[in-house]
Amino acid sequence: MTPNQRKWLPTLIVLAIFLSPLSLISPKTYITLTISGLAMGMLLFLVASGFSLIFGFLSVLNLAHGALFTWGAYIGFTSFTLINEWTGWGGSDSIFLNIAIFLLALILAGLLVGLLGIITERLVIRPVYGSHLFQIFITVGAMIVLEELVRIVWGPNDEVMPVPISFMGSWDIFDVVVSKYPLIAIVMGLILYFVILMILRKTRLGTIVRAGVENPEMVQVMGHNIYRYFTGVFAVGSALAAIGGGMWATFVKSIHPAMGGEVIIFALIVAIIGGLGSITGSVVGALLVGLSYNYVAYLVPKAALGITMLLLVIILSFRPTGLFHEGT
Amino acid sequence: MEVDLVAEPVLKVEGIHTFIGKHHILQGVSFEVHPGKVTVLLGRNGAGKSTALRSIMGLLPPSQGTIHLKNRKLQGMKSYEISRLGIGYVPEDRGIYNLLTVEENFRVAMIKEDGKTRERMETVFDIFPDLKKFWKTMAGNLSGGQKQMLAIARPLVNQNELLLIDEPSKGLAPIIIDHLIDSINKLKGMTVVILVEQNFYMASSLASDFYLFDDGRTVHHGQMEELVQNEELKKKYLGISS
Repeated sequence: MTPNQRKWLPTLIVLAIFLSPLSLISPKTYITLTISGLAMGMLLFLVASGFSLIFGFLSVLNLAHGALFTWGAYIGFTSFTLINEWTGWGGSDSIFLNIAIFLLALILAGLLVGLLGIITERLVIRPVYGSHLFQIFITVGAMIVLEELVRIVWGPNDEVMPVPISFMGSWDIFDVVVSKYPLIAIVMGLILYFVILMILRKTRLGTIVRAGVENPEMVQVMGHNIYRYFTGVFAVGSALAAIGGGMWATFVKSIHPAMGGEVIIFALIVAIIGGLGSITGSVVGALLVGLSYNYVAYLVPKAALGITMLLLVIILSFRPTGLFHEGT
Repeated sequence: MEVDLVAEPVLKVEGIHTFIGKHHILQGVSFEVHPGKVTVLLGRNGAGKSTALRSIMGLLPPSQGTIHLKNRKLQGMKSYEISRLGIGYVPEDRGIYNLLTVEENFRVAMIKEDGKTRERMETVFDIFPDLKKFWKTMAGNLSGGQKQMLAIARPLVNQNELLLIDEPSKGLAPIIIDHLIDSINKLKGMTVVILVEQNFYMASSLASDFYLFDDGRTVHHGQMEELVQNEELKKKYLGISS
């Protein structure tokens, strides 16, 4: 394969996955599945981007990322429930109040899990920087502890995630059923992607983080306290997992203590497909996984998870480091 | 052979021992660097020259000995704190951020913008005009020589007391090396330079003082013109014969 062909490979794979189901599915179902796939992709992006950013900058394979996702979902659940009890905004007819309570719950989840991320990085991750084997052991340990803490705080049973009233139901556009929340999830995911991208590309802080992804030692000898940046990036990665958790819970309308373990597998696949350390890679990888999963789940339900694995194998056989370079 | 010790040294390294894992790399290295001069650390591969620079920067902290920048003791300080005292470092692999533009490379290198930043940048552009030309270009797309120039120029955005440059001629064509010699010569007024160099032509073109390293120790030092004429030392420690 020539370098030029390699350059176009991500675009060709996206187009193939995006268009090929049209030959097997009616256009109306295709649109519904595509919206659902894009929404799933955007939610996976939020989880995978944090995971990928942490790996790219800190070189830490954080297997506790799924537990932080679960904490985000539960804190989002509790915040939403409490604010709704005080204000009733979740059941209000006003779409603005519905959005406000949803955003407040997500912001609280992001902030508190960001704080939890700071504690995790300082206590658990910092002693094992540079040792991948210990990182795997210790982050698996952290995952178990964080998950058990969820069971202690909220109990072991499933909870129904409250959803703002305006986010429920669907629109009928030219006989195509379009659910409301997936569209909201797509828009929010895109906004967050562009915000992250702008911070990384247009601010000095973002430039230093991108430099750190490439060469953390050099950032250190240029007068920047790399460990402070490590903590900051870990906190942001954790906050993204939490926002992803809150939004995912609203998508599936339920939460349970082991939910992070299920999603982290997808996040890992997404991050590897996109290229560890690449935010744009995370969004492309997440959309590929989200779309292919939804199309195949409709056509051959039992093969849905298998298709993401197959996608991973195909992409890695052409691009062993993923579709995008780290730091992009 | 005696180094001119009239002026107070900018950097004084005394009897440092540095380990990499279990390997005892520096076994009592001492040298000092004086204002207005380029000092070169010479020696065969594995003699400990690069390790000495990494020890100064706190990347490989010495287990014994002392390092002073003017009157400030550097031991126990983190790399970023050492850098903030005014020491720029250009590693052997150049440490360029390939996925960042030339401008962004400078942005990361700039510790704090002050009233003289613009003036320093003008001087940098005078010395390295290509960098202005390729200001918005991805550093990864620059040629080897341009990358080396970027690596040397980046720390100059700050007010530095000292610039440590590790093997700047590595992998460069002779014509580029000549260009680099001219550029580093122009830096003499801006900062004190410590150079680690295998290329004797470049070392002798730039340096006023030298220190010879052998097996992790400093074995000789003096003025460069004396070493140029001393065939025995060159043959014994550098493997150069005329």
